[in-house]
Amino acid sequence: MTQILNVNEITLRFGGVTAINNVSFHVNEGELFSIIGPNGAGKTSIFNTLSQVYRPQEGDIVWKGKSIMGERPDRVAEMGIARTFQNIELFANMTVVDNLLTGRHVRMQGSWLTDALWFGPAKKREMENRRKVEDIVDFLEIEQFRKHPVAMLPYGIQKRVELGRALSMDPELLLLDEPVAGMNQEETEDMARFILDIRRELGIAMILVEHDMGLVMDIADRIMVLDFGQKIAEGLPEDVQKHPDVIAAYLGGELTN
Amino acid sequence: MFRRPNLYTSYEAENQIFPTWTQRGLAALAIIILLLMPFDVPVISQIPIVRFLGDSNWLRPVATMFIILVGALGFNLLAGVAGQVSLGHAFFMGAGAYTAAFLGGEGTDAVYGLGLPIWIWLPGAGVGAALVGMIIAPVAVKLRGLYLAIVTLGLVFIGIHMGNTSWGKKFAGDPGLGRSFPTFDIRLWKEEEPLLLMDDDSKWLWFEVSDSQKTYFFTLVIAIIALLVAKNLARSKTGRALQAIRDRDIAAEVMGVSEFRYKLIAFAVSSFFAGVSGAMFASLAGKLPAIQWNLFLSVEFVAIILIGGAGTVAGTVMGTVFVILLPLMIEELTIWLSEQIDQGGLFSPVANFLLTEGPDDFGPISIATQTPGWPLNVFDWNIALYGLLIIVFLIFEPLGLYGIWISIRNYWKGWPFSY
Ligand SMILES: Nc1ncnc2c1ncn2[C@@H]1O[C@H](COP(=O)(O)OP(=O)(O)O)[C@@H](O)[C@H]1O
Ligand SMILES: [Mg+2]
Repeated sequence: MTQILNVNEITLRFGGVTAINNVSFHVNEGELFSIIGPNGAGKTSIFNTLSQVYRPQEGDIVWKGKSIMGERPDRVAEMGIARTFQNIELFANMTVVDNLLTGRHVRMQGSWLTDALWFGPAKKREMENRRKVEDIVDFLEIEQFRKHPVAMLPYGIQKRVELGRALSMDPELLLLDEPVAGMNQEETEDMARFILDIRRELGIAMILVEHDMGLVMDIADRIMVLDFGQKIAEGLPEDVQKHPDVIAAYLGGELTN
Repeated sequence: MFRRPNLYTSYEAENQIFPTWTQRGLAALAIIILLLMPFDVPVISQIPIVRFLGDSNWLRPVATMFIILVGALGFNLLAGVAGQVSLGHAFFMGAGAYTAAFLGGEGTDAVYGLGLPIWIWLPGAGVGAALVGMIIAPVAVKLRGLYLAIVTLGLVFIGIHMGNTSWGKKFAGDPGLGRSFPTFDIRLWKEEEPLLLMDDDSKWLWFEVSDSQKTYFFTLVIAIIALLVAKNLARSKTGRALQAIRDRDIAAEVMGVSEFRYKLIAFAVSSFFAGVSGAMFASLAGKLPAIQWNLFLSVEFVAIILIGGAGTVAGTVMGTVFVILLPLMIEELTIWLSEQIDQGGLFSPVANFLLTEGPDDFGPISIATQTPGWPLNVFDWNIALYGLLIIVFLIFEPLGLYGIWISIRNYWKGWPFSY
């Protein structure tokens, strides 16, 4: 199996707080890798270092054989790493379709000059990309919301649109930060189905950060457990579940459901 | 792959500027009116308050409106679409005006001027202002919200000050009177006889056209080009990237939109529009002092997009029409009211109540041009109304006139089941 992402001994500090402490892991091609841990363990911070919103003080992040340390976030996106956010970060005043089309930004040719003319390359490109976006709209079953400004949509649908926006980027690695947080049973099942479909039909590798242990144990290929910024365990779901440090970190409760 | 049969036959139709037949009908009507307007239409000249539209004096204010629309479209791109509220738009208009004056104006001992033709000085004004915008942009990229507004406000004062330095006077002319700007005459190069002279009356095909009618059509054409460019940017990749930065800058970057690049584009393109607008504004005025590019002009653009609303091209058009024609309407209203008093018309009691004509008369509107305090004259009332309208729209209709239009449209769409 080819490793597409290698994170080597990264440390991220905010003043006195060490959010990530000397953590290493890797993600294989097409793999569903999961990061779990209590609140404040540093999961979101890891995502932020992968998209280079935060720059770790130590260590290296290697994406498909090339270090991405010091790259701008938009360059990282271009290289094929897409993500969703723990607290929805959609473009609230734009429609669903426009949000997804913004996801296609990195895959669109042409500059503002061709856009200003519209006829010719810009128009052709807009139509082609619209077709791709419609495939994603179909796939996520959000047809009836297509033309709605996202701010007015229900929470569960917004989470789906955010997944759609990330998918529109044609990524090779998808970072999902608590995709089912705050969802009811039915919405959670829908989301799980989409995640599994993305892996099966599109073969996109994913890192899943999630508190819903039932979901993680069901669908993850491998799991890494963080606590206070440190890696305390890594392995197959059934092994991680039995790990004494993990049980201690979670005070035993949540892991048994 | 999750391919499905293609049910959506025409995204192209959806992306047209006027996607529905109603909109196309309205657009056609607007074009007919715009084409007919300059040729005295008898009916309009009978309607109070808007009757100035039927009179040849109004051609100039409407040409000014087209010119301001070009600037407003640029401002909408920066402030409405990209969310970068600048108070420096007047400064960029000035930058364009003096680039135009340098390239196209007549050189004398006092001021520079190369006397080049309009096809050089008009785009040149846009490019000149865009370059200035690009120099400012890297600073602006670092600033948010109110800080950006304050720094760009500073530009307006720096600009006026520069116009008064000995170096600046070579571009801007005398601080009191200003300098003369190039006319709209169309020349191939510097020849004596222009291809098209704008300040005389002539015959086109079967029509007699006056100088002001020619100016009207020229500014109309430029405004339409500006509208097309603004709409094209808004409906494509660039427009979405700018909106993304406005709505969530960090998420936009993580989605691959370079904040720096697109803020730079927003400043450059918006300044380009401002520059073209400023050059035409100055050219229409003939002679302007540097103090003309002041804060009040900048605020006029803020008023236009707040009242028009929603960062849309349609809203910008509505806002411009409203903000530019409103003063004319108020002025016209006072003239009409005082006529009512003179003629003892049906409305003379109302007019008597509203107008102050002499020292012992009282009423909220004074017909004098200079008034030290209450009652306010027409000009003061206009300023007060701007302020009031901005506040009213901010509180009650943040989507502006555009939002009101959408509600009306939705009401009729659902009729008779609308509530
Ligand atoms: N921008 C920031 N500034 C200061 N501290 C931060 C910042 N982001 C995260 N932290 C701190 O880093 C730690 C890890 O946070 P986070 O990655 O959000 O945890 P998780 O996603 O696992 O709940 C927390 O102690 C948090 O307070
Ligand atoms: Mg988190």
